[in-house]
Amino acid sequence: QLPTGLYKKVLVILHDTVLPYMNEPTLMMDFLTVAYGIGGAISLLALNGLFILIHQHNLEYPDFYKKLYNLLDPSIYHVKYRARFFHLTDLFLSSSHLPAYLVAAFIKRLSRLALTAPPEALLVVIPFICNLFRRHPACKVLVHRPSGPGDISEDPYIMEEEEPSESRALESSLWEIQSLQNHYHPDVAKAAAVLNQSLSEMEDDISGLLELSGYELFDKEVKKKATDVPLEFEQIRGLFGKKNDIFAEHFSLD
Amino acid sequence: SNPFEVKVNRQKFDILGRKTKNDVGLPGVSRSKAIKKRTRTLLKEYKEREKTNVFKDKRFGEYNTKITPEEKMIRRFALERQQNYGKKNIYNLNEEEELTHYGQSLAEIEKLNDIVDSDSDTEERGTLSAELTAAHFGGGGGLLRKKVSSEQQDEEEEKPKSRKELIEEMIAKSKQEKQERQTQRESALELTEKLDNDWKKIQALIVRKPPKSERKDREAEKPKPDEYDMIVRELGFEMKAKPSERMKTEEELAKEEQARLQKLEADRLRRMRGVDEQADKKKPSHVSADDLADGFILDKDDRRLLSYKDGKINIEKEGEKKEEEEEDEEGGKEDNENEEESEEESATEDEDDDAADSHADLESDLESEEETSGNKEEKKHKTNKKESQNVEELGPKREAAESELPYTFAVPESYEIFKSLLAGRTIEQQLIILERIQKCNHPSLAVGNKAKLEKLFGFLLEYIGELATLDLPELRTIDKLVLPLYNLCQMFPEAASDSIKFILRDAAHDMEEIIEVKGRATFPGLDTLIYLKITSLLFPTSDFWHPVVTPAFMYMSQLLTKCRITTLQDVIKGLFICCLFLEYVSLSRRFVPELINFLLGILHISLPRKQAQGYTVVHPFTQGGKNLQLLLVCDKEDLESWQKQNLPLSTVMRLKETSRTEINHIRLSCLALCFDLIKKCAALYESLPSFHEIMHPVRILLTQHMPVNEYPEKMQEWYHSALKELESKVKHYTPLICEKKKPVPLKQYTPKIVKVLEFGRKQAGSKKEQERKQLIQRHKRELKGAIREIRKDNQFLARMQLSEIMERDSARKRKVKELLGSLATQEGEWKAMKRKKWKN
Repeated sequence: QLPTGLYKKVLVILHDTVLPYMNEPTLMMDFLTVAYGIGGAISLLALNGLFILIHQHNLEYPDFYKKLYNLLDPSIYHVKYRARFFHLTDLFLSSSHLPAYLVAAFIKRLSRLALTAPPEALLVVIPFICNLFRRHPACKVLVHRPSGPGDISEDPYIMEEEEPSESRALESSLWEIQSLQNHYHPDVAKAAAVLNQSLSEMEDDISGLLELSGYELFDKEVKKKATDVPLEFEQIRGLFGKKNDIFAEHFSLD
Repeated sequence: SNPFEVKVNRQKFDILGRKTKNDVGLPGVSRSKAIKKRTRTLLKEYKEREKTNVFKDKRFGEYNTKITPEEKMIRRFALERQQNYGKKNIYNLNEEEELTHYGQSLAEIEKLNDIVDSDSDTEERGTLSAELTAAHFGGGGGLLRKKVSSEQQDEEEEKPKSRKELIEEMIAKSKQEKQERQTQRESALELTEKLDNDWKKIQALIVRKPPKSERKDREAEKPKPDEYDMIVRELGFEMKAKPSERMKTEEELAKEEQARLQKLEADRLRRMRGVDEQADKKKPSHVSADDLADGFILDKDDRRLLSYKDGKINIEKEGEKKEEEEEDEEGGKEDNENEEESEEESATEDEDDDAADSHADLESDLESEEETSGNKEEKKHKTNKKESQNVEELGPKREAAESELPYTFAVPESYEIFKSLLAGRTIEQQLIILERIQKCNHPSLAVGNKAKLEKLFGFLLEYIGELATLDLPELRTIDKLVLPLYNLCQMFPEAASDSIKFILRDAAHDMEEIIEVKGRATFPGLDTLIYLKITSLLFPTSDFWHPVVTPAFMYMSQLLTKCRITTLQDVIKGLFICCLFLEYVSLSRRFVPELINFLLGILHISLPRKQAQGYTVVHPFTQGGKNLQLLLVCDKEDLESWQKQNLPLSTVMRLKETSRTEINHIRLSCLALCFDLIKKCAALYESLPSFHEIMHPVRILLTQHMPVNEYPEKMQEWYHSALKELESKVKHYTPLICEKKKPVPLKQYTPKIVKVLEFGRKQAGSKKEQERKQLIQRHKRELKGAIREIRKDNQFLARMQLSEIMERDSARKRKVKELLGSLATQEGEWKAMKRKKWKN
């Protein structure tokens, strides 16, 4: 087997510089299947090659969606290949023939993981989830359950369950997105608040958001022109002089 | 005119008050007028339609605006002379050329010159000078011409002065004249006075008894000042006591203060929710009528208002109360003022009032009663000055201490000058200098001061940054310097936000570059951390969007997610940023995922065994690998001897020379801090619907992986309080329900019934609608008029063409007739001749 670094390099270029020029692309089947099984970033990268095989060479891949579902872990929002991964996931989930339970499980898992995501990833994943709702109206119970039970003491969704059909996602609600409406970044909060209203018909285009980086977000904010700068009205009394200052409790000025 | 040409539009009914414009018309007259106009314009155009000849104006410089008319004339004249040079009349041998100027011979002008000069020189009092009248009433040209002409006569000058220069010169001249006149008058007055005095002396000698009538006259002129009259006069001239503002009672004052705070708080809440930003924009801030728009914002009304209690003026009480309210750290200031005078000075403008008031208050308030006229701001300024004077007089000790400090400072032009100004001074002196700079260069005193003070903010910020990057960071100084920074920020919010944004942008840019080059980022220095902290002091961090705070949020998020943790300093810096995050969101309770992630990671690196199960740490932490023992303490003794201590910020800069035990203690303190932060996070986020999901990994880690029993008791206390906070929250989920869409009403076909208020007038809803309708109607009318005009033009042209054709045809007919006639006569003649021949 290959070392991880080389593995990654090979997989990054496989789909557009190797596969199209092979006479028998299906020969790569085994290699990709193994790579997909490894987990982590390598699995994410192997997805691309696998997709070509499935799409153009009639590869039958059992439990593809289950594996994809299990690939979702907190690191997907932090890795470098985030854009590629979301692009592919968008492709895989674009079919309107997928069962509602599966899509709901994906939505629930993505939003659960979004609780640890940085803002640039959140700005991708929230429109992504909105798009899923548009394609699969049956999943809208996740955000709109007028005749449900009043209060529940536990989220019915089971995060640890590996089988999407067993995860009881359809019985749950998207409290995660509701939490994200309190996110500190104004754009994220606005994007999350979209799910409060009934969605518009048109799908959002997320291709422009995929490559977003934190620095770009920062730059965008800095360059905004403000007409008026609100000021703190509380009189200050030094660096750590505020009322109930956390710093005064734990840091000293020495 | 001819009654047969008048057309009357008969009214069916006479209506009172209606103005009729078009009741009488003269159709014949107007038609002929229109035709005449068309023949003048349209017909001319029509006739010249195929003519391409153009009239060219070849006069020199006719359309060149750059040349002054004078020059133009000169050049033309020169050209003319050149042309005529060769064609001189050879027979006229000694023709004297007559020099002319404006067609007049120069000789004649010279004769008249004296008269003109004398005319302009004579200055009578009260009358305007000739030049002035020429400039004002004769139009600019006259002035120009005259000036230039006189100048030309005086000296050979190539370029005449511009109009502006001329006017300036004129103004200067008239001013000079005025001054001369004044001095003249003064001297005249002096002379008369002298004469009077002399006369009085002589008078006494010469006339012992003047005639009675004269004496009476004099007495009437100067009656002996009566005592009663004097008093009346005095009373008349004495300034009346003007009503001052009613003195406010203590309750009223408290109420006002409360109302002000409530208003500000409501404002903050509105911004926090981020709703109706339009309304916010419409009315950005309260602008008082007295606002000078000089950027100076009265943060508070600092003047202590008088109030009564039990018939006594309670100033002292009031002061104490205020201090209690503000939880002033410098509480006992008033008691031992003499000892703490230097610190008082450190208090900035508005605290300066507090400091000085126990002495100056009575005076200044009494004075302010008298000088109630003038706007508040001025008064405040005045009292301020007065107070500072008072303070200066009061503190001889301090004066001695500060004797080397000058009282006025210019705002330093560059950072180097600024630094040299503050170098080598104590904290107090630095603060005094800054305060004096601010006072001497207050924006209301001079025009350029605003820009200067705005620059000062940038310098101060840079200076603070430099102090923080020193090997031994002077944090105490920074602590004090923050106060003037706050005041400057209150004065110039835009400039302050710009400079802080600039710093943040630089820092973020640096980090981005490092990531691109090395692939990983490192935590920034202490200065950046201090800047972030200052941002939270200067600006409200709870706003939904804020031009400075939101980028700061983004930057801190980047720091927590991108920077590698390799040393203990990194851990401290990271925890510092966590504290910042908590402080930023303490009011708005916004959710910061990075914060929880980071705390989880910190806890993770303090674990002895890293078989993390049930939770995942995310970037920049890893499940396994290097740098995982950063917070792990194994030494039993160190564990025992640990006491919770505040982390000194200077450890961020260097940590080399400390011993192993101390490092272990710092590690434990970090851990305790981490527990406390988790507790605070739990308290902050308990209202979030997915609170338990958010805190799930932390709880797993705390309950299942933490070696609690190995920790000292104090640490266990921290641990348990954090865990209790986490677990005490009830699980509570309500299914989500979308907000209901407003139902869109169906289109109705019932007629819209409008009440008719005034007949004969179109009833339209709003003013805007009415205006629109008016515009549409006017457009229609104009369009109709234009169409009618065009139609008439065409008719006219057609008529002209027809008449042309008719003329041509008739001419042709006539010619043909003529020809035929001549041919017939010819034929007749010829036949006659032939017949003659035959006969012959």
